[in-house]
Formats: sequence, C-alpha cells, structure tokens
Amino acid sequence: MTDNLWSMARRRLLANPGARISLGILVALVALTVIGPWLNPNRAETLDWSFIAADPGIAHAHWFGTDRLGRDLYVRTLAGARVSMTVGLVASIVSLTLGLMYGAIAGYVGGRTDDVMMRFVEILGGLPLIFFVIFLTVVFGRNEYLLFVSIGAVGWLTLARIVRGQALSIRRQEYIEAAIASGAGTARIICKHVLPNVIGPVIVYATLTVPQIILLESFLSFLGLGIQEPRASLGTLIAQGAGEMEAAPWILLAPGVYLTLLLVCLNVFGDRLRDAFDAGTRR
Amino acid sequence: MLRYFIKRLGGAIPTLFIIVTLSFLLIRIAPGGPFDQEKSLPPEILANLRSAYGLDQPLWQQYTHYLRSLSHGDFGPSFRYKDFTVTELIGQGLPVTAEIGIAALILALTLGILAGTLAALRHDRPADYTVMALAVAGIAVPSFVVLPLLGLLLGIYLRWLPVAGWEPGSIRHLILPIVALTLPPLAYVARLTRASLLDVLQRPFIRTAFSMGLPLHTVILRHALRPALVPVAGYLAPAVASIMTGSLVVESIAGLPGVGRYLVQGALNRDYTLVLGMVILYSVVLIGMGLLVDLLYAWLDPRVRFER
Repeated sequence: MTDNLWSMARRRLLANPGARISLGILVALVALTVIGPWLNPNRAETLDWSFIAADPGIAHAHWFGTDRLGRDLYVRTLAGARVSMTVGLVASIVSLTLGLMYGAIAGYVGGRTDDVMMRFVEILGGLPLIFFVIFLTVVFGRNEYLLFVSIGAVGWLTLARIVRGQALSIRRQEYIEAAIASGAGTARIICKHVLPNVIGPVIVYATLTVPQIILLESFLSFLGLGIQEPRASLGTLIAQGAGEMEAAPWILLAPGVYLTLLLVCLNVFGDRLRDAFDAGTRR
Repeated sequence: MLRYFIKRLGGAIPTLFIIVTLSFLLIRIAPGGPFDQEKSLPPEILANLRSAYGLDQPLWQQYTHYLRSLSHGDFGPSFRYKDFTVTELIGQGLPVTAEIGIAALILALTLGILAGTLAALRHDRPADYTVMALAVAGIAVPSFVVLPLLGLLLGIYLRWLPVAGWEPGSIRHLILPIVALTLPPLAYVARLTRASLLDVLQRPFIRTAFSMGLPLHTVILRHALRPALVPVAGYLAPAVASIMTGSLVVESIAGLPGVGRYLVQGALNRDYTLVLGMVILYSVVLIGMGLLVDLLYAWLDPRVRFER
C-alpha cells in the first residue's frame, strides 16, 4: 500500500473547501508580503512631505494612503506583516524546540521527573503569562530578540504537554525495548527514537501556535512594548489607526484587515490540518 | 467538600505570596526609577524624595515594609499620581472595568452556551456551519482589532454609536467595548459547548431519556447540558484572563477611565506600588475564579464530590 498517514491526510485536507480557501489566501498573503514592497516606489520609513495623511487612491503612488508623517501605508503595512511573519516563524520554532525537548524528556523518563516537570508546566500555565511578558519587556528593555524569546517561551507549554503524552505512549513500544536491550543510553533513545516519532503530530499542533504568537506580538506592539517606531508592525499601525479613526480611517483599514485575514486563515487551516491528521490516526 | 475548598483556599495564599515576591523583585531589577522623567532634579531634592518614599532603605527592608502594610490592606502611595494612594486609584477605575468585564463575561457565557447548543442540535446543517464559521473568526481576531474595526463601521461610517469616550451612566458608550471583549470568549464557549454536547448526546443515558418519551427540551436542559458544561466551567478562568488582558487595550482605545491602563503605564513609569497593586488585583481575581471553577465542577459532576 502506498497510502501512508501523510498522503491520506493530505488528500483529506485538500478535499476540504475551508482548508483550500484558507491555504489559497495564505499563499496570496505571503506572496504579497514578500514581493509587494518592490512593486511600489515608496519606502517604509521615508517621509513624503507633499502627501501628509493622504487618502488612498491609485492617482498617486500611495495606494493605501499615508499617515500623519507622510509615510506610505501600503509599504508600511507589508513591512509590519513581514515582522509578524518573522516573529510567528522564529518564536514558533523556539517554542517547538523547547516543547519537544522538555516534553520528550518528561514523557520518556517518566516517574518522579515527569511529575515534577509537568507540575512546573501546570503552574506556569496557570499564571497570567501576558503580565510576565509585559514585565520582561519592561525590565530588559525593548529588544526585538528578547521579544522573540519571551513570546516563544510562552508558547511552548501546550506543546510540551502534547509531546509528553505522545512520548508516554511510545515508551512502551517494542522498538524502544529493543533499543534499551541493545544498550542505548537515555539521551540516545530520546534523540534517535522518541523525537522522530513524535514530531509529525506535534508539527500539526505547532501550526495552531503560529497565529497565537502573531497575535501576542501585535498585542505587545499595540501596547508600545514590542516593535518600536520608526519600524512598523501590524500592532503599532493598528494602534496609530485607532487613534486617528475619525480623521483618517484608512490608516486603520489596511493593517486591521490584513491581520484579521491572516489570523482567521491560519486558524482555519490549522484546525483543518489537525482534523485531517486526527481522522488519520483514528482509522 | 468544605474541607476540600478550605484546602484549596489555603493553597491560594502561598501562590499569591510567590506572585507578589516575584513581581516585587522583577520591577526593582528594572533599570530606572519612578522620579527619572522629572528632568534635572537637584540631587538633594531627589534624595529627599527617595527617603520620603523609603527608597533609600535596603531592598529587603522595603520588601518587609511593603508586606507589612499589605497585611493591613494598605497598598501604599502611588509614586506618579501625586496625592493619590494606590487604593484610591484602583477604587476609582475598578467600577468601570468591572462593569464592562462582568457584562462581557455574562454575555459570553449565555450567548456562547446558546449558540453552541444550537449548533450541536443542528449538527452538520447550515446553522451549525454558520455558528462554527463565526466562532473561528471570533477566536482568531482579538479585541484590539475588533473594536477599532467595529468603531470604524458602526461609529464612523454608519454613525450609530459613539466610537470612544465615556459619560457616567451612559450605556451607549459601553456597547462597543463590551462587544469587543465578549466576542473572543463567546466564540470559545460556543465551540466548547458544541463539541462536548455532541459527545454527551451519544451516551446511553441520553438514549434512555429519549426512549422514555421525554421531549427534546427536557432531555437537553435536564440531562444533557449539565454534564456537557464541565469543559465550559474549566474555561471560566481563561475566559476571565482573556477579558482582563483585552480590557488593557479596549479601555485605552475607547477612552474609558478603568484600571486597565495602570498596569502598563505603571510598569513603564516604574510606579512600583501601582504595578504591584494591579498585579495583586489581577491575581486575586484569577485565583478566585479558579476556586469558583472547582466549586462548579463539584456541582456539575457529582463524581468530583465523592472523590475528595
């Protein structure tokens, strides 16, 4: 049989209209974000004094209009979107790595170690982590790398729980027994046997943390704790737009619609992806 | 039952103590101080200010002093809002925050359970798909995006509601903020209710209830909904957390004089006592919610009651 879990899941996924539409919109958004800025002569941080708070339109080069400082909103929105996508990717990888290592060790070693490690996760999960991220950014200054790390550090908790559950069930498989019998050490078994076998389902769950992380970044930037001026982020653009809603509503429109589309599509696609794999394991 | 509750209450106090201690240390490690922005203060005046607020003492003495006044219910003076104590500041803002927060929580629960039940009863039919599609959007889009977009549509283009501002007693000004805070938890509750009700409706005791000839609404209200609401009860504390974090931004967008702004502003201004007061306020609310959830579990699921 050539039908393995992956190809079956892929077929099930692509048969779903919600998954197809959201994937299509996501691909279009990524393409627009990557090549879009080159289609427009403006740059994200240059000021155009002849177009201050200009209306959107195609008569001039500022398609989405400009803000109070004459900065082009089309280019700034896409620059902000690049930040969101980078943060989403980097912080997801950070939380995926942390969650994989932590969960695999807790689940495979088991016993007391497992109890202590998972109790720690439980305690952290019970705290309002957003307050701690706010504290961290205040204490250690507004540093972008720190932003990535602190956001990633919030996202790993759920992943660690999922990985642990998977590792617990793998622990009793015959091939692990065989590895122990042939004298492999714990570290070797975790890296060579446990991790490769949990990574598939875990990556599926990780796709659902990407929108959460993008959301957290724009939330922090909205509060003024994330990306700083003159650089753009969807959060700072929305904050700016919300402040000038009555006089210049277009400032809000582009970043607001972009973030909404991105988050909805990522969530829909992640949900469908999980469903496709869940149905696969049930059979 | 009562013993279990008292045990949990006893566990809450060390948690609160740890949170206060950690926050105290973190905000003190932060570079800068509360009097930094008042430019070119003569050193003598700065020294006087610092000694007036007790900042010249060793850190552990300040810490024990703070804990001692806390135990008398005194949160100390604000460092930034001169002539105000933290208790006064929170006391002024809290009614507004609590009003929109509690309204949002109640709306999210009632409408969410209603929508989720409707979707489960119309499983795999248009009503179900509509509710679920709206729920995905509600979960995905946060309140700080919903509120400005709604304000743009209903406030600026259609001119139905005020976009921002606050007048004592005016409900019209609170509609948009409450809606923005309600939507994310509402969507979550709807999804949880639907999934868990679908699961419960498969169980044998529901089949028995139907085969005894009970009408649909009796089966749902008297038998199915109670066990189906267990996961929803578990979501209560996260729902409150989501409404509280949402209110941080919603109040600032809508220009409401609540307490939401004090956390971030206080942290940025190094207004030590104000930040700690806010952290304690939020932690007490969240821990209290956790206790309430435990009681709800026991009420919804009798097995919990007999286990302890």
